[in-house]
Amino acid sequence: MTTVRNPKRLIEGQHLLGIESLSAQEIVRLLDLGERYVEVSRQIDKRQAVLSGRTQINLFFEASTRTQSSFELAGKRLGADVLNMAVSTSAISKGETVLDTAMTLNAMHPDILVVRHPSSGAAELLAQKVSCAVINAGDGQHEHPTQALLDALTIRRRKGRIEGLVVAICGDVLHSRVARSNIHLLNKLGARVRLVAPSTLLPTGAENFGGEIHRNMREGVTGADVVMMLRLQLERMSGAFVPSVREYYRFYGLDEEKLKLARPDALVMHPGPMNRGIEIDSNVADGVQSVIREQVEMGVAVRMAVLDALARNLPGGGNA
Amino acid sequence: MMAPSAKHSAGRKAYLNARLIDPAQGLDEKGGLLIEDGWILAAGPKVTAQSTGSGTTTFDCKGQVLAPGLIDMRVFTGEPGNEYRETLATASEAAAAGGITTMIVMPNTTPVVDDAAIVDFILRRARDTAIVRVAPMAALTRGLGGELMTEIGTLQEAGAVAVTDGNKAVANARLFRRALAYAKDFDMLVVQHAEEPTLATGVMNASETAGRLGLAGIPAVAEVIMVERDLRLVEATGARYHAAQISCRMSVDVMRAAKARGLPVTCGVSVNHLVLNENDIGAYRTFFKLSPPLRSEDDRRALVEGVKDGTIDVIVSSHDPQSADTKRLPFAEAEFGAIGLETLFSASLSLHHNDGVKLSRLIDALSAKPAQILGLEAGRLAPGAPADFTLADIQRSWTVEDHLLRSRSKNSPFEHRTLEGRVMETVVAGRTVYAYDPSR
Repeated sequence: MTTVRNPKRLIEGQHLLGIESLSAQEIVRLLDLGERYVEVSRQIDKRQAVLSGRTQINLFFEASTRTQSSFELAGKRLGADVLNMAVSTSAISKGETVLDTAMTLNAMHPDILVVRHPSSGAAELLAQKVSCAVINAGDGQHEHPTQALLDALTIRRRKGRIEGLVVAICGDVLHSRVARSNIHLLNKLGARVRLVAPSTLLPTGAENFGGEIHRNMREGVTGADVVMMLRLQLERMSGAFVPSVREYYRFYGLDEEKLKLARPDALVMHPGPMNRGIEIDSNVADGVQSVIREQVEMGVAVRMAVLDALARNLPGGGNA
Repeated sequence: MMAPSAKHSAGRKAYLNARLIDPAQGLDEKGGLLIEDGWILAAGPKVTAQSTGSGTTTFDCKGQVLAPGLIDMRVFTGEPGNEYRETLATASEAAAAGGITTMIVMPNTTPVVDDAAIVDFILRRARDTAIVRVAPMAALTRGLGGELMTEIGTLQEAGAVAVTDGNKAVANARLFRRALAYAKDFDMLVVQHAEEPTLATGVMNASETAGRLGLAGIPAVAEVIMVERDLRLVEATGARYHAAQISCRMSVDVMRAAKARGLPVTCGVSVNHLVLNENDIGAYRTFFKLSPPLRSEDDRRALVEGVKDGTIDVIVSSHDPQSADTKRLPFAEAEFGAIGLETLFSASLSLHHNDGVKLSRLIDALSAKPAQILGLEAGRLAPGAPADFTLADIQRSWTVEDHLLRSRSKNSPFEHRTLEGRVMETVVAGRTVYAYDPSR
């Protein structure tokens, strides 16, 4: 039975707020550890003791089934006591601020706080005020570091490397924290990133983000090793940012015809939840090149690695 | 773009002894035009009776001007929805009589041209009923509502040559910016009726005349601040932008400066604004109620200068048929708009006769430039181009009378006026679609 021991320090910081502040070495170490937790998660007995006695609070200001359950499972497999707190926006509208909520929780002495918030920078703000480790589980349109790590782990396991791969990130880059974290990570590990979107869904200054810009999707996916699709929210596709669902699908949806332009062994990825028939064709989402379900599996493993790594940096950490 | 299917005429034809004017090639000289099967084979001084073979039908142009057919970038019709005002067929008859071989029709119909199926409907109706070529501009916003953009990529594939809200300004700056950015990805031209709606609530130019007449004014700044706003957004997005009609000196200055800075912008002016001014309104004559309004003589002169130096790229008719029920009303209640297809060329010639605008610049603004802006094959007399051209006697006078006009609506501001120069023959895809009949 595999257990993870030898708890040396893997990353420098107390928190994981984004990929931008990580070094390539730190990322590789997290991926390596994640690799081992994939094995652990495939065992019948998945219980580990590295977070034994620790308290993990999942503080979600924005609903998310899959990310929250992935963090919950990751914490539980490592032996932590996990508390899920869904803070509805109504509680906020009653006047309680993000910091009020955080300070209340901090008084309960959690060891790790996993935070998702609709505002960019919210995780950073919390991290300044609490004494525990903070993991950013998505802040507004800024970063979603564990998603980028799980995407990288998925790619690395399939392709054996990340360096030199052509990765086309397609769709609503403007509103996507997944895209931003992935752009940082892929660049740090030496991939060649392309950002594929209509101009209305590209942020100002995107040309300096570290990716080649393509406004024509056919050109953007040609020869790609990985086609990473992003979710487009419904309210953004009826005339405000793009004219309509059918026009978006026609020019920017990943269908079999466009996928043929990528390398024959190209991976198809999507952070979920998918809009089938809008940004991705069902046949492609369920096709042989799709690794979308594998991404979910890697998500738990990578989150275990992140929780483990941060626990080692806690006071009294590294003894588990 | 579609030409009626029966337009092709077999066999070689030569139009000889003409004054050929083709601004696209910098041509203004005596010569002939050789065509076959709807296409131009050759144009120039070498096309003569001797050079054309025996199997060629020849026509003696007797020194008349032979120019590429006019391309009118701003035509409103009533089809679909208000056919009693104008159909594509009746508008095309008027166009042919005015030397116009391509009409660019506006999306302000019922229903609005904001869907690929309606673009397709217009192209099919044009093919089946119109005698000149028709190309539609599609709406930029859904239902011309100004809030949500249309399917620009799909509309382009269906055959729309540009997107515009026609006679409505897109006031929402956020939407307009995004629409420009999106249109840029498809290299689609965005055409704006540049007028800030909250300032443009009046019925004529804001001036002393308006004050005396007791009519609410539309100040020139309503136009220029919209043009300036749009130019900033063009600079931010890089999209191709065309101000459909400018009407005042300030706008000419602003456009001149924008072009000097290298922005991808063009603009048009209606012939009405080049030859008429606000004083023509006289005693509340509603045929002179236009949008943008006719402005001062000083503005008119600035517009003529703008045409002369190329700041203003194109001249349009802004043909907008209105019937008695919308025009025979008190001035403030009447609709905006005037017909103009049939008088576009003749009225424009007054700039040549009276204001010193070169004939080749006029033809450029009426044909070559619109083709260039819209990416059309026509608008030139080069080998391989469609055989779309017009023959004109630029000295022949005629008087505009409404019973002579082919348009279904008769709201012409040139009614009873004598114009110098007229179209003698119009040819579309090698087939004569209009020939002047002095007995009519």
